Amino acid sequence: MTTGTREPAISVRGVTKSYRDLHVLRGVDFEVAAASIFALLGSNGAGKTTLVRILSTLLKADGGTATVHGFDVSSAPREVRESISLTGQFAAVDEVLTGRENLVLVAKLRHLKNPGAVADDMLARFSLTDAGARRAGTYSGGMRRRLDIAMSLVGNPPVVFLDEPTTGLDPQARIEVWRTVRQLAEDGTTILLTTQYLDEAEHLADRIAILHEGTIIQNGTLTELKQLLPRARVEYVEKQPTLEDVFLALVGHSGGESR
Amino acid sequence: MTTHVLSDTGTLTGRSLRHILRSPDTIITTAVTPVALMLLFVYVLGGAIDIGSGGSYINYMLPGILLITIASGIAYTAYRLFLDMQGGIFERFQSMPIPRPSVLWAHVLTSLVANLASLVIVTGVALAMGFRTGASVVDWLAVAGILVLFTLALTWVAVIAGLSAKTVDGASAFSYPLIFLPFISSAFVPTDSMPGPVAWFAENQPVTSIVNTLRALFAEQPVGNDIWIALAWCAGLLVAAYAGATAIYRRKVS
Repeated sequence: MTTGTREPAISVRGVTKSYRDLHVLRGVDFEVAAASIFALLGSNGAGKTTLVRILSTLLKADGGTATVHGFDVSSAPREVRESISLTGQFAAVDEVLTGRENLVLVAKLRHLKNPGAVADDMLARFSLTDAGARRAGTYSGGMRRRLDIAMSLVGNPPVVFLDEPTTGLDPQARIEVWRTVRQLAEDGTTILLTTQYLDEAEHLADRIAILHEGTIIQNGTLTELKQLLPRARVEYVEKQPTLEDVFLALVGHSGGESR
Repeated sequence: MTTHVLSDTGTLTGRSLRHILRSPDTIITTAVTPVALMLLFVYVLGGAIDIGSGGSYINYMLPGILLITIASGIAYTAYRLFLDMQGGIFERFQSMPIPRPSVLWAHVLTSLVANLASLVIVTGVALAMGFRTGASVVDWLAVAGILVLFTLALTWVAVIAGLSAKTVDGASAFSYPLIFLPFISSAFVPTDSMPGPVAWFAENQPVTSIVNTLRALFAEQPVGNDIWIALAWCAGLLVAAYAGATAIYRRKVS
């Protein structure tokens, strides 16, 4: 409530975290502007998940400060939890409950009025209405991820963390997730996503930071990052369609997997 | 924070109760072993067991069977808690503004409901097999109270196991010694028939005092000191397990 729109939605200053001798984060600094998409790029083990867990109050940092939506993650974790949602690497859905029951559960825990209507709304928004009465355990990977993200968005948290949201998804499901993420940012949600896919960061992010061996080694827009390399040379290369182009052309772009 | 403790605990309890309703086999499985033991002891071994003071053998052994039911039922609590932590839904709850104790209490309350259901089934089978008691309503309430206390104490032990287990098998393996404990007690044979050291152990372990109390309540006999020893064991175990579980939980969720 105390946040002005000018302040960054996420601010990280000198955050460190070690597990015994393993220094996972060695002083991480960055800011994320409100209503933007920020991609944290890094190879496996770079510390992306550790950082997301600290920002979502699941883990305490050893040093440094981090604020989310104007609240300090260590001194005001409850206010942070009110402002965020986390979509982790593994779909956090209850497999025994139906898709709709999962959404109702989250709506109740967020103390929303009329949880049933909120759930139906989300099912429609993520093209899961037909599957709403089925147990989440029977869903395909893409559907499960959509349900997972839908659960995260119940109650419209202003800041959303997506930890490798498309890992393990097929190309169509990946494009659906991308579409959702863009829509969210247009509606004013701040999104921090981690990814190891360079094209994902390239397609989605307003700013990209590269996390390497526990620190941010570069942080900028795609254009800024591209300028770091020697000036582009002009070469003639035959443009072959990628396998992804072929796959999507053959099976159709529409993502009809929702049924 | 406190305002939502009750409603959030209620919501989460509703969730795990729904798990049980969707797989009622967990309640059946919990009841099958004690029922099988009951059949074995009453119709096969019981005839050779001298319980001293007359009375039917099923009346003698039902209290121990009820404790075995609870000991095997709580393994599912550890199992469900472990699966929650594995699956990522636990982290979702932790990153939401839910009071931290609600997540554990939901599992504990669910355990209580599931175990009571199993106990009702086992008691029903025992009645069909000839168990009889003249216990008054107050006696029954005392029996229920002790069983609830015992269930709560063992459930918190199960919470420790569920929180600290590394594998699914590990999450439920802790219950095997608990299931075995009634065999080395007064539950099936009088302790004075056992050799010295075994008898000493049997007489001084918690199951014996609980079994003796329940048996006295069912037989409308005075409960004597046993009820206080039983209550002390249950309360002590409950406090210790609760403290241990919350300490581990706090370290897990930082």
